[in-house]
Amino acid sequence: MYIVDYIKEVASAVKSLATGMKLTGYYFTHPKEIITQEYPDNRATLKMADRFKGEVIMPHDENNEHACTGCTSCELACPNGSIKVITKFEVNAEGKKKKAVDQHIYHLDMCTMCNLCVEACPTNAIVMANTFEHSVPDRNMLIKRLNNNGSKIREGVE
Amino acid sequence: MISFEHITKWLQAWLNAHMSPILVLAVETVLIVILAIALFAVLGLVLVIMERRVAAFMQIRMGPNRVGPWGLLQSTADTVKLIMKESIVPTHADKFLFNLAPFIVMIAAMLILAPVNFAQRFHIWDLNIGILFITSISSISVIGILMGGWASSNKYSLLGAMRSGAQIVSYELSAGLSILTIIVLCGSLKVSDIIASQETGWWIFKGHIPAIVAFVIYLIAVTAETNRAPFDLAEAESELTAGFHSEYSGMRFALFFLAEYINIFIVCAVGATLFLGGWMPFHIGHMQGFNHVMDYIPSSIWFFGKTFFLIFVIMWFRWTFPRLRIDQLLNLEWKYLLPISMVNLLVMTVVAIYHLHF
Repeated sequence: MYIVDYIKEVASAVKSLATGMKLTGYYFTHPKEIITQEYPDNRATLKMADRFKGEVIMPHDENNEHACTGCTSCELACPNGSIKVITKFEVNAEGKKKKAVDQHIYHLDMCTMCNLCVEACPTNAIVMANTFEHSVPDRNMLIKRLNNNGSKIREGVE
Repeated sequence: MISFEHITKWLQAWLNAHMSPILVLAVETVLIVILAIALFAVLGLVLVIMERRVAAFMQIRMGPNRVGPWGLLQSTADTVKLIMKESIVPTHADKFLFNLAPFIVMIAAMLILAPVNFAQRFHIWDLNIGILFITSISSISVIGILMGGWASSNKYSLLGAMRSGAQIVSYELSAGLSILTIIVLCGSLKVSDIIASQETGWWIFKGHIPAIVAFVIYLIAVTAETNRAPFDLAEAESELTAGFHSEYSGMRFALFFLAEYINIFIVCAVGATLFLGGWMPFHIGHMQGFNHVMDYIPSSIWFFGKTFFLIFVIMWFRWTFPRLRIDQLLNLEWKYLLPISMVNLLVMTVVAIYHLHF
């Protein structure tokens, strides 16, 4: 009957509205649930998620050695040309010439944090760091050189 | 115990002892104007900060908490900003109507204040058709909204104003019918009589199910009448930027914004008066002891407590429900609220005639 359907409709509408109000009422009465963090105040204890992609870095070990072979895979993988690898040829102990990285230039101002360079790297020389405070007074300061001064490729990395 | 009643009586006596009757009237008028404006300013500041904090907590956020203790001065800072901002009038706007519109909305909001009883025997003008006065004046604010929307010469403003007009006109019906339901019970339009009739218990408890249905319908209808979410089609941010007040800035915008919050306060005050007994303390029948204990809480606290509870419920609606489409909005009114409130009024009339209520 029509009138029965009508009453059922009203009742189910009231029930669904009450369900919604119950949830927001629960959040209102339980301030523990608040997920916002008061950022500048909690800087000391702030823990960013490991998977947060803030910038590309090249980790160096204690001997100032990295794992970059200068293969330019990351440069080729980058969709908008944020990476420029300048290579050089080094002569090793046996007198052979070998390609190596001279300057790994990274444009943080253009980077979209797509992670493709990290995936393309065959030796895991570059990773995504979870830093996020990138504000600088000059745009040129966002163009970074990832390999340290005087750094070498780690022994055994091909 | 000091109450508002004592203060007004003392002031009246003091003025009468020192001045001629005409001067007394003039001084009292000025005092009332100052008090009304002060109430508006304080209410605007309090309700805005309350809304923002309630919204934040319901959305698992913190809300403004930097300016002053617990962020309480945030709305004051916002108002200072609005006062200092330039109030721009669009080139093609109808300048006279554009400037007039916010004042019409404010005046309508101010006039409704007259019959509201804020505490025991503390009111501006307790006229014998108080509730009729409130319902009729509240229809005037739609003129201000239409005027502002039309004079802005902006598509969004006009669309918002038209939607607002359709909405207010249709929802006033069910709001009026649910008010009538209580008028049928107490048999008077005078606000103080309505409150006095609830001495043995508030109508929402005494009036059985019809009173509760009327209360729910009243809450829904006034939410729509004050253009608040989930019925905020008139200023749907995602569709019409800000609806009828898109072109307003600075203090003119602040007047519209203030009027919105004042209207919420007033409809909640009327709802508290009709269904929750206004300033009447919580009484159960003729239980003398219990009623006497409740009387120790001042009547102004009862009134403002109930009003702010209703305001909280309306804010709760706003931050829970999604916005309705215009067809859903009109469906809700004409196919659901209006028939239900008509049947409800009929049931309540039977209850009142046979004295089936407590």
